[in-house]
Amino acid sequence: MVSTNVTDELRYVYAVCRPLPGPLHADLTGVADAPPRQVAHKGLVAVVGSVPARDFGHEPLRAHLEDLDWLAGTARAHQKVISALTTVTCPLPLRLATVFRDDSGVRAMLESENERLHRILDRIDGHIEWGVKVWLAPGADKAAAGAPRPSGPPASGRDYLRQRRAQRTAGEVAAARADEFARRLRAELARSAAATRLHPPQSPALAESGAGRNVLNGAYLVPRERAEAFLELIGRTEGSQPGLRVEVTGPWAAYSFTDDPDDASDDSPADPAARTAPAGPAHPAGQRSAERA
Amino acid sequence: MTTPSRMPQPFGQEGGTNLADVLERVLDKGVVIAGDIRINLLDIELLTVKLRLVVASVERAKEMGIDWWEDDPSLSSGARRSELARENAELKRRLEQLEQLAPGRGEATSAPAEVEERGSGEHERDR
Repeated sequence: MVSTNVTDELRYVYAVCRPLPGPLHADLTGVADAPPRQVAHKGLVAVVGSVPARDFGHEPLRAHLEDLDWLAGTARAHQKVISALTTVTCPLPLRLATVFRDDSGVRAMLESENERLHRILDRIDGHIEWGVKVWLAPGADKAAAGAPRPSGPPASGRDYLRQRRAQRTAGEVAAARADEFARRLRAELARSAAATRLHPPQSPALAESGAGRNVLNGAYLVPRERAEAFLELIGRTEGSQPGLRVEVTGPWAAYSFTDDPDDASDDSPADPAARTAPAGPAHPAGQRSAERA
Repeated sequence: MTTPSRMPQPFGQEGGTNLADVLERVLDKGVVIAGDIRINLLDIELLTVKLRLVVASVERAKEMGIDWWEDDPSLSSGARRSELARENAELKRRLEQLEQLAPGRGEATSAPAEVEERGSGEHERDR
C-alpha cells in the first residue's frame, strides 16, 4: 500500500453540535480508543477523533465494515461518544464511519454543509429520540385469541382441517388486534411527539429469542422536558393487550431525524397516523408539524 | 408488558443496549455527509440488509463457534474475492470456447473488452 507517514492518522467525525458549554469528559474514549475532541467552525462544532489510516483508509475500511466483530465494536464506540454528548447537548449524529483526512477537511465540511446542519440542529434542539417497538408474542397469532386448543389428535381428516382453520382464523384475529393496537398507540404517541419516523420492522432473528413478530418499529422525537411523560403514556398501555409487548429503547440522540427539514423529497416515512392527529399541546416543534401538515 | 430498557436519566449508559438497536441507528440513521474517505453507501446498505437477517444471532452464534457468514460472499470480502476469481476463470473459459467456435465474428471481438472491464472495475481484485 502506498501510504505516507503524513497521512497515517485520519479524522473520524461522530457528530456535529452547537458550541458545547464545556470540554468533553477527559476519560471519554471512542473509536480506536481515541479521546474525542472538538473542531469548531462557523457556529458549529464537529466532534472528532484521530483514527489510524491503516484501519480507516478506503480499502481497510471497506474490508472492516464486512467484519461483524469490528463493526459491532466500532458501532458501540460511536454510540458511546454520541451518548456522552447527549448529556451536555443535542448532538446531530453522523452516519457510522464518516472520515476526513485532517482537521481542515472537517472544517471545509462544516463550511459547505453549514446551512443544512444548522437547519437540522434547529429541529432537534432540546429533543431526544425514543424508540418504540411492539411485538406480537410468538404463538399469539396461532393458538391465542380465544381459540380453544384441541385436546388430543384430530379424529379424522375433516377434524384436522377444521382445527387448522380455527387456528388460522385465530391467528388472523390476533394479527388484526395487534395491528389495531399498534395503530392506536401510534396515533397517541404521534400527538405527544414533535416528529415521528416509522422504521422497517425488525426481523425476529434480530431481537431477543422469542420476541415474536415486530408489528411497530417507530422513532419519536420528544422534547426533553416531556421525555418522562412520554414514557408514562406508553406505560398506560401495559397489559392492555395479551400477547403484545411494548419495548422502549433510548433515549437516543436524534438519529432518525437527520433528514433535511427543507428537503421536500425527503423519503423518510413520517407516520401517517400523525397526520390525522389533532395538533398536540404547545411544544417547540411548530416548524416540523407545519411542514408535515 | 412494557419494558422501558432505559429511563431518561441518566443518559450515557450504553452497556445494556441491544446490538441490533445500536446498529440499526448508527448504520442506517444519522446524517450522511460525504467524507474524504468515501465508502459506497450501497455496500453498507447491502450489509445492513444482511445484518437484519443475521446480526441478532451473531453473538450467540459466535459463542457456539458458528461462523457461516464468513463463506457468504455478501458478508465476507474473502469469500467474495474467491467467488469473483472463480467467476472470472469461468468467463475466460467460455470466451475461449466462443473464439474457437466463431473466430471471424464480431461478437467475439467485443467480448474480451467486457471481461477486461469487469475485471478492472472490481476493487476487490486490486487489493
